[in-house]
Amino acid sequence: MGYASKSPWVIHYDASSCNGCDIEVLAALCPGFDVERFGIINTGNPKHADIFLVTGSVNERNISVVKQIYDQMVEPKVVVACGICACTGGIFHDCYNVIGGVDKAIPVDVYAPGCAVRPEAIIDAVVQALGILEEKSKALKESKKGA
Amino acid sequence: MSFITTLIGTIAFAILAPIVGCLLAGLDRIISARMQGRVGPPILQPYYDVRKLIAKDNVTVSGVDGVYMSAALVFTAFAGGIFFSGGNLLMSAFIITMAGLFFIMAAYSSRSPYAELGAGRETVQVMSYEPMVLLMAVCFYMAAGTFNVSSVFGLSAPVILYTIPAFIGFLFILTIKLRKSPFDLSTSHHAHQELVRGTTTEMSGKTLAKVEVMHWCETVLFLGWTGMFFIWGGPLSLILGIVVALAAWFFEIWIDNNFARVKWQAMLRSAWTVALVCGGINIIVLMLV
Repeated sequence: MGYASKSPWVIHYDASSCNGCDIEVLAALCPGFDVERFGIINTGNPKHADIFLVTGSVNERNISVVKQIYDQMVEPKVVVACGICACTGGIFHDCYNVIGGVDKAIPVDVYAPGCAVRPEAIIDAVVQALGILEEKSKALKESKKGA
Repeated sequence: MSFITTLIGTIAFAILAPIVGCLLAGLDRIISARMQGRVGPPILQPYYDVRKLIAKDNVTVSGVDGVYMSAALVFTAFAGGIFFSGGNLLMSAFIITMAGLFFIMAAYSSRSPYAELGAGRETVQVMSYEPMVLLMAVCFYMAAGTFNVSSVFGLSAPVILYTIPAFIGFLFILTIKLRKSPFDLSTSHHAHQELVRGTTTEMSGKTLAKVEVMHWCETVLFLGWTGMFFIWGGPLSLILGIVVALAAWFFEIWIDNNFARVKWQAMLRSAWTVALVCGGINIIVLMLV
């Protein structure tokens, strides 16, 4: 196991969620579950983060913000869509202002559906994201060697 | 001779201080977590963090912040080398301030409003602690008769016997120097939003890793300053010095976990008041006695 998956720093963004998923995300990050045991820290800074947790669907107003945060994150990085709204748009999918899931704006690596998404599902998704982060980290190393 | 000693000391410090500092940082996070009723990360977590940061892609806003941070690291190593090879305490204090100035320059170079705010606050922190550091060095000089740290081994009694007020004042500004709450204005270890992340907002990857390593080295150096007050004559006093330094460090963690961040005005006012009262009284008494 490399160092990328031993110290995953997380940034959380509420796209247009009803706050149900946000509460669950914070519950998973908070001292109750104490994910700092695995080196996970909730940063508020995209430049420090490795994992991007997005809740809620993407709409015309926030699509630029989601893209902006994603672009500011430093490679290797992974995106986890938390909740059914972030996955597909959920019950808001046919709202006049909703574009759809987060994958309409940025590439998503792991989908964690649920309404609201359970903390266990988030933790499972993050563990899966760690594997992808590890692969991306190796790929980045290889490309650096090649260059 | 003394140049060679300093050089060897610097190299030894550059190798050993990150190791000791990393373990201290890991312990800090575990102790902090236990104080909050959590289990906390493994002790080597700071090492994992830095290794991960080094492996990240190179992204920089200005292109020079990495160079500034390298300079800050070099000056930190020099300051530590001078102190731990028994050199001039005043010189060590000045050079570690130089490292702090390079850290401020690294933050300013990005031109980001958050980083600039952090750099401004870091400048205020330097202004706050610097008078007390100088008065502490002066009190050390008056008690030991020299600025040379190696002279403590020739003393018949530890410096602390003559410098209790100055030591208390130094403990006060130690919180600012270690960037612990309530004085973590420029960049906080616990909160991670833009404003309180301050100086490091625009730093990522290797540059951020350098900040972490510099912080480890600074911790070791400042704890060395703390222990210096309690060392005299024999090797047993060396153990006393280390024990006191670790106790002071634990005290700082306790303060960190129990106090909310203050405004910069309160920090500046309290730090200068403490410097004037503790340092001033100590110097006057030493002059008269």
